[in-house]
Formats: sequence, structure tokens, C-alpha cells
Amino acid sequence: MDSPFKSVPVKSSEITPKHVYLSRRDFIKAAGVIAGSMALAACLPSQEGAPDAVETETVSSPVPPAAENTDELGDPVNSFEDITNYNNYYEFTTDKQGVARLATDFKTSPWDVEVSGLVKNPGKFGVEDLIKKYQPEERIYRLRCVEAWSMVIPWVGFPLSKLLNEVEPTSDAKYVSFATILKPDEMPGQKEPWYPWPYREGLRLDEAMHDLTLLATGLYGGELPPQSGGGIRLVVPWKYGFKSIKAIVKIELTAEEPFALWKAIQPSEYGFYANVNPNVDHPRWSQATERRIGEISRRPTLMFNGYAEQVAGLYEGMDLRVNY
Amino acid sequence: MTKKRFTLIQLLVHLVGWIPLAALAFDLFTDNLTANPIQAIEKRTGYTALAFLALSLACTPLAFLGWKALAQRRKALGNYGFLYAALHVSVFIAVDYGFNLESILRDVGSKQYIIIGATAFILLIPLAATSFQYWMKRLGKNWKRLHRLVYLIAPLVVLHFFMARKGNILNLTGDIFQPLLFAVIIGVLLLLRLGPVKAGITRLRTRLLHPAK
Repeated sequence: MDSPFKSVPVKSSEITPKHVYLSRRDFIKAAGVIAGSMALAACLPSQEGAPDAVETETVSSPVPPAAENTDELGDPVNSFEDITNYNNYYEFTTDKQGVARLATDFKTSPWDVEVSGLVKNPGKFGVEDLIKKYQPEERIYRLRCVEAWSMVIPWVGFPLSKLLNEVEPTSDAKYVSFATILKPDEMPGQKEPWYPWPYREGLRLDEAMHDLTLLATGLYGGELPPQSGGGIRLVVPWKYGFKSIKAIVKIELTAEEPFALWKAIQPSEYGFYANVNPNVDHPRWSQATERRIGEISRRPTLMFNGYAEQVAGLYEGMDLRVNY
Repeated sequence: MTKKRFTLIQLLVHLVGWIPLAALAFDLFTDNLTANPIQAIEKRTGYTALAFLALSLACTPLAFLGWKALAQRRKALGNYGFLYAALHVSVFIAVDYGFNLESILRDVGSKQYIIIGATAFILLIPLAATSFQYWMKRLGKNWKRLHRLVYLIAPLVVLHFFMARKGNILNLTGDIFQPLLFAVIIGVLLLLRLGPVKAGITRLRTRLLHPAK
């Protein structure tokens, strides 16, 4: 409990080759069919706390499990299968289970990110070069969706601050704006007229510089699957999941609060800050409780998703009911 | 007394009525309900309930337009709608919230879309309860009056569906295509019941069937 989060350096030898974890997926899929009736049994309240998926995994998984199997609060990480087959990624489809299939052929490598705006050293960075330079580590974070479900995910990544320090924001820079790749031919959801694509999100510069704020390039010791936001994605564990933008191609430092897609669609429901807060309800989903994927009962939601000790200081003196 | 017990359309209605439940059970047993099966069941049963409500509302206009056999089927379709709505509500109360009344009341009290959905379901109960021959006879004219409640229930359910999705009804952005589709379908089905619209259709049909001499 001395560390605020689980942080484990990943040796390149530990990174799982893609064909191995893909075959693991097939294995789990097959196991899932056989264990179908077990899964049903797991739905009974009496089975609570014995998620079958995790058991399946420890039997004969060819993949070394995440370096640590729990987050710092002691809750187990979710299975690779659950994390990569339950995705809110409207660029592909609104069907969470359908994203993985539609994203199969989405190319995540090579991947470039352009950093521009109020910085001294703008430039284009290849993700492979960033990985070499910044030595990604494993970080086990809770992810809390605004839809009131949550997971524990072993990301592999490096703090966004490392990249920002390299490009050197000017003194005028107050915010960081992020944009997802726009590729309607490969992302069918981007053809839908109901959204102002591309997906964009933003952070205040001090939030972006916080050590918890991660640029993730991997998952479960392997590379970052396309459905989970590969080539590279943001992970801000104390904010609702929609802030953690996927498949980033543009990062821009700005003086004004940047465009955020959900805020633009429905500003009364999605704020710029979107900090996980059980005391400020979303008008439609209660934020007081959440369902951890793999569990039956709801559990109470923690202030700042359990990271209050690290991040509450960022919002001192602010009314979190107004700045939701 | 050589009357057939079941007509083809009748069998079809009952088949269509049970298929979604069978599919749901199959997906449950084969672990095909996403990593969040409780929410998936809530979504599926809610969607199915609304679909049957729309089918039930389609019977009268379609019968009026010429497919007379459908007039007798709306009650069964409406009852299937109630079946899936009841499943939807039961899963919400019993599984999602584990009968935690305090938690349910707090959420119901503060969430407009749950209040709207709950109102629609409560209004649906007397309709389902009086769908038997006994009540039809006993209530007489009032039976029809009572069952006109569905003209209020259907729009409430569509609104509930709209609000359960991430999006904005007013500027039509976000995940609103399906709710919008149902709004249009229910809207048209209700419009077709209006006196002047019906009269217009009758005139048009007379003109088409009996061209001016």
C-alpha cells in the first residue's frame, strides 16, 4: 500500500508476441463455450466472488498473467478476454461486443502522433520510437465508465508528462487537446452523421502533467489491441472512461479549453472535467454505485475513482458540482 | 363445429413472441451476453418489449388497410410486450439492484428516464391484467377506453429509450438512431388512427378501387 498505484517495469522479453495472445483468445473463446453453463451458474448471487473467467485463465493460459494480479486496493484485474471484448468505441460500433470483430483489420502499426500548438519543439513521433525512448511500464488502473460499470486493467504505457516535457509547452499553454484518427473507411461508425467526428478530448495542462496520466501503448504485457485504442491512447484513471481518448494521432497544446466530443453533444450531462464523483450524479446514470465487470452486486463508487489522495489537490477550491 | 383451433397467423404470432426469449436464454447459456450480461439482458428485454408494443399498435392500421386477420392479433402481441417489459423491470429490480430498495428508490427518484419507464410499466399492468375475455365482457365499453392508455404508454417508452442512450434528442446527435426509428414508427402508427387521416385513406382507397366513371 506504499505505492499509489501498481507500477511494474516491463522487460521487452516479457512482452507477449501477438500470435500467442491471439491464440489465447481462441482458447478462451473455446473454453467459454464449454464453460457456458458454468457462466450461468456464476450469475447466481451465491457464486459471487468466484468469477469463472479468472479461473479459466490460471489453468493453462500460455500468457504470463499481468505482472501483478490485483490493483493497489486488492481487486483482481479483469481478464484479457473481457477487456478486449467489451469496448465503448463508437468509431466502430455502439455494440460493445462487436468492436473487437470490426477492429480486427484496423492497422495500429506503424503509428505516428503529431504534437503541435503552444510548444517549443513540435514534431511527429512514431510510437515505436516513443516506446524505445520512454521504457513503458505496467500500470494497473481502475477504469470507471460513465455508464456505471468498471474494470481493472493492466495497461502498459508511459506518463504523458515525459512526452510533454520533451516538446516543452510554452508559458501560454494551459490545456492539452487530443484527437483520434479519422478513417471512415476502416472505422464504420465514423460514417454515421450523428457525431461530430473525429473524437476529441482535452485535459488541463496540470492534469496532463500528473504522473497518473498515462499514454498507453500496451495491455496485459502485450501490444495495445486495436479495439482497446491502439496505436496509442490516453488513460486518465480518475476520470470517466470517455476522457481516455483512443487511437490518438494529434496532441495540441492550447490556451483555451479544447473541444470535447461528448461535452459538445450534451453539455448538461458531460462536463469538461468528468472526474469520477459518486456525489455528483449524471442525470441518467446514478454515479453512486457501479458494477465491476465479473461481479453481480453493485459496489460503491470511490471519489476520484479511488485516486483522491493523488489528484484531489488539482481541484482545490473548485466547486465540483459546477465543474462536473 | 369444424372451426380450426389455430390460424396460421396466430401460430406465427406466438412463435415470434417466444423467439426472443429463447434467443436470450441461448445467449445466456453460451456466454454470449458481453462481459456485462446484466446490462445486456436489460437492453435486450427493453428493446423487445418496445418492438412488440409497436407490432401491437401496427395491427389496427394494417387491418384497416386491408389485412383484416391482424385485428385479432394485437392483444397477443401486446401481451408479449408486457412479458418482456416485466422481465426488463424484474431484472432491474432483482438482479441489477439485488432488491436493494434504498438504492432503487434513490435512483428512481433522481433519474427522469427511470421515472418515465416506471410510469409506462405501471400503466401497462392494468392493460395486461384485463386482457382476458372475462374482463373484456365485464368492462364492456370501458375496456376499450382503458386500453387507449397504450397511446400514452408507447410514446413514454420511446422517450425512455431515447433517454437511456448517450445522445441529445434536441439537436439529434449521439447514439439516437434506433430511438429515432421507433419514434417515427410509433408516431406514424398513432397518426394513422386519427379520424381525418383515416377518412383520407378511405377516400383514396375508394378512388383507387372505383375509378371515376
